[in-house]
Amino acid sequence: MFEIKNLSKSFGESKILKNIDLVVKPNQTTIIIGPSGSGKTTLLRCINLLEIPNAGTLDLNGEVVSFNGEKVTKKEILKLRKKTGMVFQGFNLFPHKTALGNIIEGPITVLKQSKEKAIKEAMELLKKVGLEDKKDSYPHELSGGQQQRIAIARALGMKPDILLFDEPTSALDPELEIEVLNLIKQLSEENYTIVIVTHKMSFAREVGDNIVFIDKGEIIEQGTYEKLNQSANTRISQFLNAFN
Amino acid sequence: MEISDRIITLIINSFWTILKPGLIYTIPITLISFAIGLVIAIAVALIHIANLKVLKGITSFYVWIIRGTPLLVQIFIIFYGLPSAGITLNPLPASIIAFSLNVGAYSSETIRAAILSIHKGQWEAGESLGMTYFQVLRRIIIPQAAKVSIPPLFNSFIGLVKDTSLAANITVAEMFMVTQRIAAKTYEPLILYCEVAFIYLMFCTVLNKIQKSAEMKLSIGQKI
Repeated sequence: MFEIKNLSKSFGESKILKNIDLVVKPNQTTIIIGPSGSGKTTLLRCINLLEIPNAGTLDLNGEVVSFNGEKVTKKEILKLRKKTGMVFQGFNLFPHKTALGNIIEGPITVLKQSKEKAIKEAMELLKKVGLEDKKDSYPHELSGGQQQRIAIARALGMKPDILLFDEPTSALDPELEIEVLNLIKQLSEENYTIVIVTHKMSFAREVGDNIVFIDKGEIIEQGTYEKLNQSANTRISQFLNAFN
Repeated sequence: MEISDRIITLIINSFWTILKPGLIYTIPITLISFAIGLVIAIAVALIHIANLKVLKGITSFYVWIIRGTPLLVQIFIIFYGLPSAGITLNPLPASIIAFSLNVGAYSSETIRAAILSIHKGQWEAGESLGMTYFQVLRRIIIPQAAKVSIPPLFNSFIGLVKDTSLAANITVAEMFMVTQRIAAKTYEPLILYCEVAFIYLMFCTVLNKIQKSAEMKLSIGQKI
């Protein structure tokens, strides 16, 4: 179980996240939706500490990182990052490494796995994302959809407790989008613990166990798609209807 | 006919005499100074990137001084000036120190710019895997920055080959000084200075070739 308590984040004067409380249940897919600038991406980045929150606590299976008192140590940050896999909007594959090289980088450098073991596991991941034949390709030789699938395999390679997706298909055209969405759906069905920030409402409806609506840095409502759709809050229904 | 025969004989006889100090002074001074300069440059660039307050003050001062004063003046200060402060150096180490400091200051900016040119997403991708700052730097950022910095670093390298001729001013018997001596004896400055220029040109041509192949090697996996 992953629990976010009273999390706040400001950039200078502007408060991006205000006292966020959220429970991410294991083996479930949590989807974060909301208008642009609502703080969705910042929340996701706070979970693997690419942004350091100003206040609050993160509790991953009993390992608590608190931002209320003393400054968090680098050790605590690295420990949490190891357990959370991040998939970026812009893929961010390492251009100087092959698809296989991208996947084994974390296991070898961070987890100190042997090269043989890392390669063996990476090959299984490549199979999972359907790109075994691209193992020796460099990122620039792959389509956007293929790059994102490699990026997902790279995140999986660390065997994270939670997989985080930051608008994973925003940089893709509709044709390539579908292969990435299908892969995420497959992972969701395999009961990975997933948190996704997305604008794809139909996708949210299809795979989301818990859908969280954020506006102006606050969680307004959460639950199933049906629950949100029937919400008395006109802000939410307006938002959902705009996509239908 | 007689004149041209004399000139050809002069060129042939002087060629080895000029090339020899090139091989035993110019090339070693260049290689050693560039290697030390590169270490200084990387250290200075990393201090600036990591924003280490006190050290950054010291290194900024160093870069400011070196880039703002002539190399020849720096060489004179180290060789002729420092003995007054109780530090006496032989000509060769004095020139190597001067060249290393010079390359270090200029190249630190090259390396800093190359590191900054790497997209922020690369840092984040490495960090999100749980890599430490130095792991990301060493395994992700530096290999990409190296490619970007090759052309400007070779600019400094080639510049250094020619700058070593300034060591003649502090009695290092390198190529240019030897050429001056021969020219003074034979009264053929045009021929001899063109000859030494040609040798410098050959050295730099070899470096051009090395640069090309280094760029090819480092461009693997990246759009050219």
